Parts: sequence; structure tokens; C-alpha cells
Amino acid sequence: MLKVLTPKWLKIERRPVPSGGVIFLVSIIAIVAALLVAAIFFAAYGVSPISAYRSIIGGALGNWSGISETLRRMIPLLLCGIGLTIAFRALFWNIGADGQLLLGAVAATGVALFSGLPGPLLLPAMFFAGFSAGALWGVIPAVLKVKLGINDVITTLMMNYIALYVVLWLIHGPWRGPSMRGYAYTDMFPPAARIPVIGQSHVHWPTLVLGIVLAVIMYIFLNRTRGGFEIRVVGENPHAARFSGISELKTIAIVMVLSGGLAGLAGVGEVAGVHYQLLDPTQISMGYGYTAIIVAWLARKNPLAVIITSFFFGVLMAGGDVIKVNLGLPFQLIHVFNGLIMFFLIGSELFMNYKISIRRQ
Amino acid sequence: MMSGSMTDGTEMKTAASPSDCAIELRGIVKRFPGVVANDGINLKINRGEIHCLLGENGAGKTTLMRILYGLYQPDAGEILLTGVPTKIRSPKDALVHRIGMVHQHFRLVPTLTAAENIILGLDEGTGPFLNIRKVRAKINKIANAYGLAVDPQAKIWQLSVGQQQRVEIIKALYRDADILIMDEPTSVLTPQEVDQLFSTLRTLVDDGLTIIFITHKLDEVMEVSDRVTVLRKGKVVGTQLTSETDKPSLAKLMVGREVVFRVEKTPVHRGDKLLEVTELHALNDRGLPALRGMSFDLYEGEILGVAGVSGNGQKELAEVLTGLRHATRGRVMLAGKNVTNHSARKIAAAGVAHVPTERITMGTVPNMSIRENLVLKSYRYPPVSHGMFIDYRYAKQMAQQAMKEYQIIAPSDETAVKLLSGGNIQRLVLARELSGDPRLIVAAHPTYGLDVGATEQIRQILLQQRDRGAGILLISEDLEEVMTLSDRIMVMFQGGVMGIVDGAAAKIEEIGLMMAGEKQGVSASAQSTNAKVA
Repeated sequence: MLKVLTPKWLKIERRPVPSGGVIFLVSIIAIVAALLVAAIFFAAYGVSPISAYRSIIGGALGNWSGISETLRRMIPLLLCGIGLTIAFRALFWNIGADGQLLLGAVAATGVALFSGLPGPLLLPAMFFAGFSAGALWGVIPAVLKVKLGINDVITTLMMNYIALYVVLWLIHGPWRGPSMRGYAYTDMFPPAARIPVIGQSHVHWPTLVLGIVLAVIMYIFLNRTRGGFEIRVVGENPHAARFSGISELKTIAIVMVLSGGLAGLAGVGEVAGVHYQLLDPTQISMGYGYTAIIVAWLARKNPLAVIITSFFFGVLMAGGDVIKVNLGLPFQLIHVFNGLIMFFLIGSELFMNYKISIRRQ
Repeated sequence: MMSGSMTDGTEMKTAASPSDCAIELRGIVKRFPGVVANDGINLKINRGEIHCLLGENGAGKTTLMRILYGLYQPDAGEILLTGVPTKIRSPKDALVHRIGMVHQHFRLVPTLTAAENIILGLDEGTGPFLNIRKVRAKINKIANAYGLAVDPQAKIWQLSVGQQQRVEIIKALYRDADILIMDEPTSVLTPQEVDQLFSTLRTLVDDGLTIIFITHKLDEVMEVSDRVTVLRKGKVVGTQLTSETDKPSLAKLMVGREVVFRVEKTPVHRGDKLLEVTELHALNDRGLPALRGMSFDLYEGEILGVAGVSGNGQKELAEVLTGLRHATRGRVMLAGKNVTNHSARKIAAAGVAHVPTERITMGTVPNMSIRENLVLKSYRYPPVSHGMFIDYRYAKQMAQQAMKEYQIIAPSDETAVKLLSGGNIQRLVLARELSGDPRLIVAAHPTYGLDVGATEQIRQILLQQRDRGAGILLISEDLEEVMTLSDRIMVMFQGGVMGIVDGAAAKIEEIGLMMAGEKQGVSASAQSTNAKVA
């Protein structure tokens, strides 16, 4: 096909295995291209793109309050992103990290407010409950896909909406806090159910440390263990997996327990580290689960690289707040940005897999 | 279009003479990395005939027709259409010259209707508007004329395979094709659908169309064709009038008279009964019966060759024996233990190795390294893994040793398998499957598509395994291979055993007839052979 469409002076050759350098370079070029196109939008608002980018970088990294905002955004992106790299490795399209995150938040809230557990046990129990709830939310589409052949993109996406309405129902209904004067929030968590933060910021550092440790563990898991090997075989070639006796159901279920569970942990971090209560789902998540798809993709499905890419998107999100305040631009510009990056990333895969050169006659 | 071609047809009929040549291929050569698919092919197709191209898998039939249809460019040679040298650069070009092709795997869009698929790529209507009524009328006209009943408004995914094929044929006729290439059209059809297809094809030639029919089934050649050309290993080995030939001589032409390979083979030392298959039944992927009550035994230290035209249950047999397909009835005993419907993992652990037909799509993970592909089955057990961790250092050593032993040539054990040649990939699969000295080896088409050197090597490896005492079930469409390597030969037809004959005493005509489903005179000798050997 490609051959038919290309002019004679262009030569397109398949690159059998793109090297790490090529992948890195192509990714950087994709981001730069997205920045250039986004510049048009800044210009359309009458803001010089250069000063916009300067204020994004400066606002997100120039001082402690910026850095702390960046780190706060990075934490859920990191946890969801690691989970998504695992799912994408197994070729399971988990678009449902957002819902899994919300379910994790719900479970943590339930434990924090209603379990009656003694103080020291509270946080570990919340993390455990959050992981389990996210895992459960993730495993349902896994079973539906393997057993009934139902499209994973659709089920995971749709379950986001179910999760969203579960949260809305809880905060408007049974869990509406008696001390909240009729507002749709739960009560505040007791102090023992709050994750420690750095100073006055929202950086709940234990979750950040947990995320970085999990990135390393998941990297080792994928590349050094039997379970990780099975996941990669299923993702690369399901026929060979069946041939060598690997159970697809078991493998995909494990993948989604991990992927959903990690997103669930992110949800615990948001309610127990930032808000200290369950509140409107759009305030809990701000689309972390969706942005994490781009985070995982930019990391080329490598959990270790997610540490870097989630930081990068943390900068973008924190920068979005800054341009809103300083330049009076809508925060949604950041979504435009995310979309552009995804667009160029997917487009750039052609350049990773093919070498394109000009033919000299 | 209809009336035009019909009058054309009658004129052609009356004018038909040996010199009335629709297509002439002269010295066509097509090379692919490592193989010569077409090696100087000369072929003449007369107008108004059904011309069969007969040959085994890999004989070059499909490649040749893809050249004629413009999908491939020949490396040498020329195509003459009604005597005029013509370059066919693309399928679009082919259609301009009124050549249509129905591929073995249909090229239809499942979510579109039959009518939409038929006019795909055509400009039907005025400006941006589609004149669907006119389209439907034309489709119905074609359908009625040739018995190609199909609902133009039905979506493709709703249609049976036979109906989809009719859509493909209408698609070609709609584009005014007068030469129709059919690539193994019956491989996906039920017997009733085959009958219907054949009657359609006859109506088409009565109307003056020319049909090239690719097949490897002798029955079909005899039933449907006017002339037949046999291809073997990329060369034409003969063209005959169907009325002047018969199945045994075609079988002989197809598989070759002379045995190219002389394999040094020690006398068979049969050990204990290793595999006992009783009344085995299984379904194929489409849920139709593929194995219908197969029974046979296999002993340690022997090669039991399985001959048969592809699609007669060989693939399903291999899959049932290795735990990849469910047996609906019957029993499989391995060394006295019932392993019927055990999982692939359990059966592999019991000492059954599988060299699969689809060595790349099934036998390997192309994007992963040689090292990881070599441990695809042993990764779960020590010494390759300890607890949950895989010992990659051990795997590396193992891989390097296997690469040396099996002559897998690559820069390193970390090279991705997709970069290897076919021979290297097959040696890798063998290295993996034969590690740990399996008791039973199910080898499906182990040398298919490989060059001479690699073929020789792989046959040697199989013989070494036999001499070691392994029992080998060798499934191959290469009759020559089956006859060279096997100690006994079992012929399969429509999911059953037509007979089992002694390898040394087997005659190719006899096997060819059994492959075509004729049991007569053979079963008696097979029984006596069986008795003799046992």
C-alpha cells in the first residue's frame, strides 16, 4: 500500500528494530512538534507563545509552590501510568484508569470514615482497600474480554461513567457528610487517615515514594519474572502464548488486577493526601486516568520511563494553572496540548518503524 | 455488460481453436529472499476454458497468479494478452485488461453491504451521488444469470462464507472481468457450496469467460477443468487435457517422480507403543467436523508419516494431540496414560513436542529475542527459572549453546526472531521443542518453505530424534518428504484414516489414490502391512 502512495523520489524502508536512540529522538521531535502547533492556539488568544511557554516552565518549576503543584499532579499520573504500561504490554486497552482511580478513592473513603479501625492500621487498610477496589473494577472488563470477546476499549471506558456516578450517588446520598451543611461532600477524614505531606503543600510524599518504588518493581516484574514474561508473550503474540500453554484468562486477569489496582492506589492518594474527603469526581481526578494513557504511551510502555513522563505531564498540568492565573487563558488549553502530543506520538511511530530517505536518481 | 459478454461468448465458442490463446506467460521468474517461487514458467490459457493450476503448497501457483493480477512484478519474463505483450502493474491495470481475481482469503469489508463492497472503488452515479438502484439492478442481473444468489443489502458479516465468495465473484463480473482467477476457492466451502460453485463456473465459461482455477485437490481438477497444468517447486512439469489424464498420473506429476533427497536412514528399531489414538473426533475452527473417528498407533523409535491433501484434518489432529484443540469424542493414550483433552502445558510437560505449521505466527514471538523464544516453554521450570524469577544468565548460556548446536545464525542471542531467515526460525523452534528429549514429536510441515540446505538439516535432526527413541508424527504435504522419512505412512482423507502402509514398500500412485479418498484395494494391503510390522 505504502509503495503505491509514495512518490518515486522518496524511499521508505522498514527499520527492523528501532534503537533506543531513535525512539528517544523521535519522541522528542513529536513533543516539539506538538509545542509548535500549540503555539498557534496561544497566538490565537493574543498571547506570545514564547512568553506562554516561559510562564508554564517558570510557574511549574521556578519556585517551590510550582514544583509542589507539579509533584502533586505527577503522583496520580505516575501510579496510573505504571499500571497502563503493564496493560498496554499485554495489548489490553485499559481506557478505564479514571474509573479505577475513583473506585480506589471510594474504597479508601469507606475505610477512613466507617471502618472504625485503630489509627495506625487505618492508612495501610485504606491503601489495601483502594488497590482491591481498583483491581476489581479492572478485572471485570478483563474477564468480559477473554471469556466473551467484548471489546476492552468500550467496557473500560464505559465503566468510567459507572464509577463517576457511583461517586456522585455516594456524596449526594448515603455518604453526604452531616457536618458539611448539605454540600455534596463526605465528612473530613480523621487525622490518622491522612497521608503526611511536605510542609504546607499537597505533596503527599509517601504516595510519591510508593509510586517510584512500584515503577522499579514493575519494571523488574515485566522483564525478569515468569509472570512478566507471560504478559509480554500474550501481548506480542497471543497465538504463541496459547501454543506454549500460557493461560490468556489468567494472564490478562493479573494484568488488570495490577493495572486497576495501581490506579486505585492513585485514588487513595487523592482523597487521603490532597482532599481528605470524597468529593465531586471531576475534582478528584481531573482526567488523570486519561492523561496517564499519554504518559504510558510516551514512556513507550516502560514503567521506569513513566517516572520521567509523569513528571513532564505534571509540569504541563501545573503550568495550566499558571497560564490560567497569570495570562487569563483557559485551563482547557492543556487538554489541547495533551491531545496534540498524543496525536504526534502516534504519528511518529511511522518514523520509528520506517527509515525515510530521499532517493537520488 | 451482460448482453455484450454473452454475444462475445457465443462468437468465441464458435471461433474456439487451439490458437485462440487468452493469456500466455513466457519465462516468468519471481524470486523471494531464499526461494525462487516461479522459475521460468511458460503457460498458455485458452479462451473459454477452465484451466486448473495444480500443485502442492509452495509450488508457486498463487505467486504466478498474483503476477498475472498485478500484485507482484516478475523478475523476468513477459505476459501476453491475446498475443500482445502487456505490463500489468497493479490490480487496477489487471481490471482494465478484464482480469479479475477471487482470493483465497476474501478482500471484503465486513461492515459494509454486499452492494457497497461490489462497487467499492468504482464511480457509480452522478457527481457525489450514488445511484444505488442502478447498482442493485446490475448486481441482480449478474446474480440471476450465473446462479449467484446474494442479497445486495445484506452486510458481509451476516453472510456465510459461500455467500461471501459469491459477492467476490460478482465483484469481478461487475467490473466486466472476462478472465477470472480463483485461488483455492473450495478450501472454505461445504460440499454443497462446492457443487453450486462448480455449476456457476460452468455457466460462466458457457458465456465465454476464461477461468483459471488454483487448487491442490485432484478431485476438483477432474471434475471441473478442461485442461490442467501441474506446477512443482516453481516450475511447470506438464500441461494436459483433463480428459486424457487421470488422478494417479496427476498425483505423480504433482509430487515428482524422482526422489531428490537421499537420506541415510538406519533400519527402524521399534520400541513400545507410545501413542494410541482411538475413535478421535474433533471440530475445525468453523465448528464443522474435522476429525471423524481416527484411530492409529505410534511406536517409540519410528516416524509415522501423515500424508493427505491439506484441509483433511491434519492440522486439527496435530492440535488435538498437543492440547490446543478439544476432542469431542475418542481417546488419546500417551505411554499408557490417558491424556485426552489435557491442557497444552500438561501435554508438553508429559514429553510431547510440537513443531507447528505456522512456525512464525504460532511457534515464535517475532518481536522477542532468540533467547526468550528459546525458553518459551521451559521458562516455568528450573533451571531456567527459580521461584518467580527467570534466570536470564542461564537462559543466555542455554541460548548460545542451542545456537551452536542447531546452527541458528544471528549476531547474538538477543537478536529479535523476526530478523531471522525461515531456516533459522525453524531450527530455533526445533531447538526449543527438542530440548529435554521429548518422547513424542508432532512435526507439521517441518520443511515447508525452506531451502534445500535447511530442509536436509531438519530432516537429519528428525532422524536423529527417531534413532534416539522418540516417536515422530510427521505431517507433511510434501509426499516426497513423507516417503523419504517415514517408517510407516498413514493417509488421511476427510478426517479419517484411509490406510496405513509400510514406508519402504509404499507406491506413490497408491498413496495418491488414497489421498483422493479411494480406499479400494488399499485397505487390504494396509492391514497386511500393519500385521506384518506389528
